[in-house]
Amino acid sequence: MGPQVPLITNYLTQHFLDDAAVGLEGYERLGGYAALRRALENSPADLIELITSAGLQGRGGAGFSTGLKWSFMPADGELPKYLVCNGDESEPGSFKDRILMERGPHQLLEGILIAAWATGAEKTFLYVRGEYERPAEALERAIAEARARGIVGTNVCGSDFAHDIVVIRGAGAYICGEETGLLESLEGKKGQPRKKPPFPAQYGAFGRPTTVNNVETLCHVPHIVNNGADWFRGFGTEKSPGTTLFGVSGQIARPGLFELPLGTPLDELVFEHAGGPAADQRVKGVIPGGLSMPVLPADQLDVPMANEFLRERRTMLGTGGVMVMDERTCMVRASVVIAHFFRDESCGQCTQCREGTGWIHKLVERIERGAGVMEDITVLEDICAKMEGQTICAFADAAAWPIQGMLRHFRGEFEAHVVQRRCGFAESFEL
Amino acid sequence: MVISPETRAAIDEAIARTPQPRGALLPALHLVQAEHGHISLELAAAVAEILGIRSGDVMEVVSFYDMFHARPQPRHHVSVCTNLPCSLRGARTLLAQLEAHCGVAAGEPTADGRLVLGREECLGACANAPVLRVDGTYHEKLDSEAARQLLDGLE
Ligand SMILES: Cc1cc2nc3c(=O)[nH]c(=O)nc-3n(C[C@H](O)[C@H](O)[C@H](O)COP(=O)(O)O)c2cc1C
Ligand code: SF4
Repeated sequence: MGPQVPLITNYLTQHFLDDAAVGLEGYERLGGYAALRRALENSPADLIELITSAGLQGRGGAGFSTGLKWSFMPADGELPKYLVCNGDESEPGSFKDRILMERGPHQLLEGILIAAWATGAEKTFLYVRGEYERPAEALERAIAEARARGIVGTNVCGSDFAHDIVVIRGAGAYICGEETGLLESLEGKKGQPRKKPPFPAQYGAFGRPTTVNNVETLCHVPHIVNNGADWFRGFGTEKSPGTTLFGVSGQIARPGLFELPLGTPLDELVFEHAGGPAADQRVKGVIPGGLSMPVLPADQLDVPMANEFLRERRTMLGTGGVMVMDERTCMVRASVVIAHFFRDESCGQCTQCREGTGWIHKLVERIERGAGVMEDITVLEDICAKMEGQTICAFADAAAWPIQGMLRHFRGEFEAHVVQRRCGFAESFEL
Repeated sequence: MVISPETRAAIDEAIARTPQPRGALLPALHLVQAEHGHISLELAAAVAEILGIRSGDVMEVVSFYDMFHARPQPRHHVSVCTNLPCSLRGARTLLAQLEAHCGVAAGEPTADGRLVLGREECLGACANAPVLRVDGTYHEKLDSEAARQLLDGLE
């Protein structure tokens, strides 16, 4: 069975249904690599200015300005400098980068080459999640095609710019998605995140200045070069321009990938595009941006999907992984699944994270079994608060946020488990 | 157990593509595991020697990453994603059915060494839940009958 193809397409995914557009010939026939040729005629400084004024924000979770990030790279200075493309996608609920790599490998390579020219990088490490064997193969094939045609190599498209792209496969560790964990992994080490500063632009892969960008972020770049900053700003909101890929999953009629402008209301996405819940069900809550992001209850789904609006509801866009839960689902049980994931994936360097994720799981699991006491709920809140902003990387925050969200909006369910000494959701999934 | 000349050549290519030999460690471990099914102490020592690092460094990396195995493995790895999106669409029920069908709990290999059932964290195929991964290949939107047939078909 092939990968999930988008149900709603826009500029990033418009040709993804067409098998003939995946290879180099098809991609070039549709105008591919024109943006790269145009970029090579412009100075790196002009390109950085273009991407900054387009307002492109990173799609890997943090939403940082891509142009600004590129500008942190030392403009001249000695080589080597590197670009790292983050294709580790392991945030539960996210599957957009997999589709972008598998169905549009040349679009990604074109974005990489433009970013590399803009940041003065001589080599790109394209780090692909270990489980993503098919996407890694698609990329290897595309790189071989591009190399054979002089698009990757010592004279990119006949210019003086030399660039090589190396695919490195991960090996099953969520924390390698965090950019400095990824850099350690690239160097052949355990993927334990580094203390910052220094940031990757000063001290990155193999100690050299490095830009780290997400797969989707780089896929937007050729379109901005082709069409300009104003065109890009024609999609999305003033503060969050462009489209993005929303991956909708869970208890929903039409799960799938939807390319829509940032700022699309969450209820439009869930009820119109993804068809709403099953006929006899009602939505109870929606996680809007991957497992790390706090849930929203059914009466708050009118929020536009862009960080400036989601922040007001104390959540974030994250990776755009939208998970829908209907009224059969026990939110305490969902919390056990979430807590279990973070407990298992903590790299263990920081005490607050290592101990905190263990305690959260223990407490939530106890409450779910009907063996918890009311004080467990306050202890949970306390542990979560102590994990925020205290650690080497944002993983600990990401582990605390979803539990805080569950307690904020569904505290009554936790209390009911304690009072009734059992879980009252007979139709929820079994643990 | 020795690293074949073909695998050795592929490791050398990986070394040539990275700034420091150690940068080829993950690629080398993938290659060695593809050849031998696991990475024994002996193989880890051989990889360490090729890259000019200590075998302790190699073993540490082998144990950090879930996809690398230090011990011999059953012939097939079958894993079911049990993270939230798949759980919401019946993955845990499917796993329980497969456990019953194979007569083993997740994590325990079958007595004949044919396969091991496992739980997997999100595989990135959430819209097609439930998702099964069999030796590196995804099988999506499976019902329990199709999943059982798939397992029965494994040598
Ligand atoms: C725990 C954790 C996991 C992360 N996982 C990923 C990931 O799988 N893919 C990704 O692109 N970014 C991930 N990130 C974000 C990266 O650290 C980094 O911000 C991003 O790759 C930068 O690219 P962007 O600016 O283009 O978004 C993760 C961050 C944290 C804290
Ligand atoms: S916060 Fe957690 S995952 Fe991040 S470095 Fe510390 S222990 Fe590791």
